[in-house]
Amino acid sequence: MSKNGPIALAYHALFVIFMLAPIVVVCWVAFTPEGFLSFPIQHWSLRWFKALAFYPEFVAAFWRSLWLGALSSALAVTVSVPAALAIARYRFRGREAMTALFMSPLMIPNIVLGIAFLRFFTEIGLSGTFIGLVLSHIVIVLPFALRLTLASAIGLDRAIEHAAVSLGASEWTVLKRVTLPLIVPGLASGWALAFINSFDEVTMTVFVAAPGTETLPVRMFLYIQDNIDPLVTSVSACVIAVAVAALVALDRAYGLERLLVGRGSHGR
Amino acid sequence: MAFLALDNLTKSFGSHIAVDRLTLGVEKGEFVSLLGPSGCGKTTTLQMIAGFVEPSAGAITLEGRNLRAVKPAKRGLGIVFQSYALFPHMTVAENVSFGLEMQGIAAAERARRVGETLDLVGLGEFAGRFPRQLSGGQQQRVALARALVIRPQILLLDEPLSNLDAKLREEMQIELRQIQRTVGTTTILVTHDQGEAMALSDRIVVMNHGRAEQIGPPHEAYERPATAFVAGFLGKTNLVNGASVRPERISFAASGLAGTVKTRIFQGNHWLYQVDTADGLVTVIRQNTGEAMPEEGAAVHLAWGAS
Amino acid sequence: MAYLLSLPALLLFAGVVVIPLAMTVILTFHDWGQYKGIEPVFILKNWREVFGDPYYGEMFGRTFRIALIVTVLAALFGAPEAYILNRMKSPWRGIFLLVVLGPLLISVVARTLGWALLFGGNSGLVNKVLLSLGVISGAIPFMFTETGMVVALVHVLMPYMVLSVWAALQRLDPQIENAAVALGAGPLTVLRRIVLPQAMPGILSGGVIVFALAASAFATPAIIGGRRLKVASTLVYDEFLNTLNWPLGAVVAVLLLAALAMIVIGANRLVERRYAQVFG
Repeated sequence: MSKNGPIALAYHALFVIFMLAPIVVVCWVAFTPEGFLSFPIQHWSLRWFKALAFYPEFVAAFWRSLWLGALSSALAVTVSVPAALAIARYRFRGREAMTALFMSPLMIPNIVLGIAFLRFFTEIGLSGTFIGLVLSHIVIVLPFALRLTLASAIGLDRAIEHAAVSLGASEWTVLKRVTLPLIVPGLASGWALAFINSFDEVTMTVFVAAPGTETLPVRMFLYIQDNIDPLVTSVSACVIAVAVAALVALDRAYGLERLLVGRGSHGR
Repeated sequence: MAFLALDNLTKSFGSHIAVDRLTLGVEKGEFVSLLGPSGCGKTTTLQMIAGFVEPSAGAITLEGRNLRAVKPAKRGLGIVFQSYALFPHMTVAENVSFGLEMQGIAAAERARRVGETLDLVGLGEFAGRFPRQLSGGQQQRVALARALVIRPQILLLDEPLSNLDAKLREEMQIELRQIQRTVGTTTILVTHDQGEAMALSDRIVVMNHGRAEQIGPPHEAYERPATAFVAGFLGKTNLVNGASVRPERISFAASGLAGTVKTRIFQGNHWLYQVDTADGLVTVIRQNTGEAMPEEGAAVHLAWGAS
Repeated sequence: MAYLLSLPALLLFAGVVVIPLAMTVILTFHDWGQYKGIEPVFILKNWREVFGDPYYGEMFGRTFRIALIVTVLAALFGAPEAYILNRMKSPWRGIFLLVVLGPLLISVVARTLGWALLFGGNSGLVNKVLLSLGVISGAIPFMFTETGMVVALVHVLMPYMVLSVWAALQRLDPQIENAAVALGAGPLTVLRRIVLPQAMPGILSGGVIVFALAASAFATPAIIGGRRLKVASTLVYDEFLNTLNWPLGAVVAVLLLAALAMIVIGANRLVERRYAQVFG
């Protein structure tokens, strides 16, 4: 394949600067020793990272986001597996409509889901509870979990399961010993993608969370609404560091483009 | 009654009839091939015997027992799938051992039988490998070992050699035949390759549009095809004066049907001719004996004995 | 069997998606007052208010104008980048794909905060750079303006566009460009006649995604736009959590959902009809 010319590479450089600039700036400003936002910074200091220790709500929100993401993603995957098998295996009435329903949280703006959940949870007394958070997050991450689970269920050679049956395996044994082990990579990537989406969700969660059940992005958002100071940049820097670590780990384990494009597309 | 009997077996998908009143008896130890083009119903027939497809009508009996009443997992048939369908997350030994485990056989006995069967297919030293570390031919042998180790009453082979290249396929045909003779398992092979079916089988069932057009020994079907379809499917054939004549039965002679050589193709051990005659194009195959043969454009006479 | 397997997911969605959405639609017909709260009656007051007051028309106009500009800019800048990425050699391609798509994994709040820092009033870094490069003659305001929202949203949503075009380019046979060159086409002709038409389905489907997300974006417009410059989602947020006029907020939300659904479904139809024959 032909190479990129100098103009293309210059364009590429500008593009990369554009994509990285705000992220780099956040991390940079986080190291300011000043009590106010200043850019570029004159000296380096960990003052605002240390200050995090005195804002327990950020730390608590971080752990809450972590648990919420892990739990809701695991539940979303659990619910996705049988549904994905049904969609992949059977031709039944309402199959298309059902798939569309499960994918609908991608189509419905999160702001709409947010107010719908707020109204619903207020009526049934779940407003501001962790259970409410989990339920709402299962719904918004389910499309991601289902998509990757479905892809691996469709990619599964049915003859392998038939082989197990012909060798005398019961339905339960086939599921446990053959089907599940073979779709585990799909489930793991589905969980990871679901987790990322849960961990970063703010638009819907802002309606469902209450003081005491705020997730990290919600806490950050509400904090910025009041004032932008170096503290929130140090929180953001931590979030970015975690994301970069996750990014590298995911890429090593699975290949980011495969995860995001949703199918195998290794270089030619 | 035959060992395995299919009686008026029928399968329809909506208005499409995939298998149409197929009746077939297979004797114990026999090697029978279901042969036909894709969509002729051969695979559906195999799947009905295996239990993965529910027949619309008809009976399947094994030693007089109604097989339709038995769950697929309890039929005790050995199946080799077209894709091999090996368990990718298990080693070769674990693949072969799986069926024995399902039968509740003790570990020591399992290990002994797995080793024995892997030796039979010549894969003794590959027991610890995973399927993707094996070549296509080796995977095929694992699939065969996995099906044979449970000592099935019937071995079902679904296009088992279609994923191998031509040379390997020939080797595997010979080996498959030898293994089948050694263990003596009643075998049903599904294939679209007439050469493979004729090479391996005691009897072949030539199928078309869900129906059995002819059931009989390969030689008989080849020499005395019951229908034009069977004649055409089993090999090249010429229709001369309304009679079917195999190209290798026609020779160049001093007198006979007059014609002109249109094309001549050299194929190593034989020559393939297309000869323009008053009866249309006639295909002729002549052994390559090293002698000079008529060239393109030459005027020739064709002769054949009554068959 | 299929229904049994899907039952858990179906129950969840019936309970936590269908019912709440239905309740939201019903909510739009309820009455609300400063002191009496929500009154479960059936009136069209909220709908009349939204359709009657030009404030809401202006707000929706702004929302979709921003979404459209963001979509066009993302396509204009993202598609070439996807093409350049696709032409890169093995280690670089993976690394820069990570750089371009990676921001998807970083919280929108953190990314928007970065832009707020860069814009930072008239003396922000962006203005300084643009001024020193001579691109602009005087400082332009980014904070609390549509311009700022557009820039930040283009950044936030760019990965989706690159991803979509990248996926389309992956299907492109690398030999096909050589074939065109061998037939005597210059590099620009190859781009215009061979690459662009094949990347088009990716650009269009990426455009649909970016448009939908831009029109319903919340955190970025809220942070950059501040309290004055409202788009649909920030207005809904205000009505629900500040003014507490839920029925009115619900009308705006339902309208946003309906408009988006119509636009997205319509655009998808168009794309499918156009390209079904070629790429089906």
